[in-house]
Amino acid sequence: MTSGDRTHVVDLASTPLRQLNSALHRLRPDTNQTLWRIANPRGSHSVAVGVDAPITIEIDGHVGYYCAGMNKNATVVVNGNAGVGVAENIMSGTVHVKGDASQSAGATGCGGTLVIDGNASARCGISMKGVDIVVKGNVGHMSAFMAQAGTLAVLGDAGESLGDSIYEARLYVRGAVQGLGADCIEKPMTDHHKAKLARKLAAAGLAGAIDVSQFRRYGSARRLYHFHVDNVY
Amino acid sequence: MNQPTTTPRKSATFDDYALSEIRRAAATGIYDIRGGGAKRRVPHFDDLVFLGASISRYPLEGYRERCGTNVVLGSRFASKPIELKIPITIAGMSFGSLSATAKEALGRGASAVGTSTTTGDGGMTAEERTHSSLLVYQVLPSRYGMNPDDLRRADAIEIVVGQGAKPGGGGMLLGQKISERVADMRVLPVGIDQRSACRHPDWTGPDDLQIKIEELREITDWEKPIYVKVGASRPYYDTALAVKAGADVVVLDGMQGGTAATQEVFIENVGLPTLSAIRPAVQALIDLGLHRKVQLIVSGGVRNGADVAKALALGADVVSIGTAALVALGDNDPALEEEYAKLGTTPGAYDDWHEGRDPAGITTQDPELWKRLDPVKAGRRLANYLAVMTLEAQTIARACGKSHVHNLEPEDLVALTIEAAAMARVPLAGTEWIPGGGVL
Repeated sequence: MTSGDRTHVVDLASTPLRQLNSALHRLRPDTNQTLWRIANPRGSHSVAVGVDAPITIEIDGHVGYYCAGMNKNATVVVNGNAGVGVAENIMSGTVHVKGDASQSAGATGCGGTLVIDGNASARCGISMKGVDIVVKGNVGHMSAFMAQAGTLAVLGDAGESLGDSIYEARLYVRGAVQGLGADCIEKPMTDHHKAKLARKLAAAGLAGAIDVSQFRRYGSARRLYHFHVDNVY
Repeated sequence: MNQPTTTPRKSATFDDYALSEIRRAAATGIYDIRGGGAKRRVPHFDDLVFLGASISRYPLEGYRERCGTNVVLGSRFASKPIELKIPITIAGMSFGSLSATAKEALGRGASAVGTSTTTGDGGMTAEERTHSSLLVYQVLPSRYGMNPDDLRRADAIEIVVGQGAKPGGGGMLLGQKISERVADMRVLPVGIDQRSACRHPDWTGPDDLQIKIEELREITDWEKPIYVKVGASRPYYDTALAVKAGADVVVLDGMQGGTAATQEVFIENVGLPTLSAIRPAVQALIDLGLHRKVQLIVSGGVRNGADVAKALALGADVVSIGTAALVALGDNDPALEEEYAKLGTTPGAYDDWHEGRDPAGITTQDPELWKRLDPVKAGRRLANYLAVMTLEAQTIARACGKSHVHNLEPEDLVALTIEAAAMARVPLAGTEWIPGGGVL
């Protein structure tokens, strides 16, 4: 672990992951160690998990499972691809994947923002509980499964069974949707929703770059909210 | 002159219960939902007896000679394993399913005797954290209420793969119990019928589970013991896979283990009886050289100290109770007979916990009903009950000559039925015969 003038550099080729995460967990809210750069992640799992400090962590390379899991307050940038469950259960802060993301990106996220420049695989935003997810490419099947709250904005296409068993999350897709899941329906895209989507995209660094009128909105039909045999799928 | 006639005869197959269920299904068009575990008769701890001391076995003196009951959980990988003073813990039951006063009472009772409680599918409440000196935080497929702060506040973490009442099934909490507080904790609309997922959202299979466990360890700096809970269905392989994935503790829940609410057909027809699940799980630990190193917690139908002693003798390290703990708090109390009658049931049979109208104030979110449960008195009752169970288990252990309840062993047991002998892999009483030959 080395420190430049302001940036702490951690080379995971020589530093154990445990040492990195332990150092990150020791940071207090008023830390002045606010810039971190991680080299040679080489697909390591659990990089920068459980961070709770207003810092920026830039990871140069591909990461494995659960990068930035349960993140609070930190900004984590992955200059590469991310494995399963990137930013799972994120509470706040921002996680930005410059490449593609594997399955379950942003799973159960409660707050904050997840931005994926490439594509996200299956189950993106599964059981999301308030996180805002912006995927600039496509998302795989069963994305937003049982999604409870928050926003999933997909600039590309969505796979099969989008929003299956969805609760109150809001889904916006600019491209084609291969199919909607149980109890998920298309809803009117009003000016109110366009304005909300524009704010979400702006927060993801896309202010004014995207025509929000190109998106279609999806959400819950709420037929499963009160269990009735006639509504069983 | 009247001709002799035969006595009206009811079918053993189409008995009164089966007929009533056919009529109920025909009238409503929906399956029956209830709480609790399997009610059908299955081979159980009652079908085993201890042999006690004899000429070849030397007993310990009554309540005077020392018979240890403590157990350390999580010594495999956690830097801060937890120690229970008694080999009985409180199973996971959610706030939402239970009232906040019930959760507080569970914490008070368990803490008084030095054991732990467990959160449930709904997150951690201030009441249970405040009153539980040792609190196990469940990580469930729904991840309701999951956050890293509570994860770090916990004394141990339990990844729930399944429940004995419904292996392979998710949970449900009907709208009557989704109060504003419950809805807020779970991020759901108030009053809807809530469904808990049956699959974890971010891992699939044992290889992923290993990585998930490592993530939880990293987040908590490798301090917390991590349990993996499975419903009893393939106990040998599930135990082996949980151990392979890095669990410190395996929790094994038999079909008599309760649930807050699920389909009756699921509860009664899916999963294994507790008795049949213990030995395969223990065998997996033995085969891996980790018996007593990875601890095994067994639950599902534990009612008294004899059940505790039998589970430990078969190889468990700890037992866990849920239904029995609720009864100790005051659930299904005969003193409430009139009120149970208004609900169309009777004390001892009340299982519509999902409806939220529990007159005992335990399985409800009605603030008026909550007031009926005094958490201090109820906690005292639970502490008494746990103390009695422990004394009973010690009594049996001493009679078998054991200075610690963990020294009980299968050799101390025989079975009263062929089925129980085969499942528990102990001899049929009066014989040397273990049916099944011990093949898994």
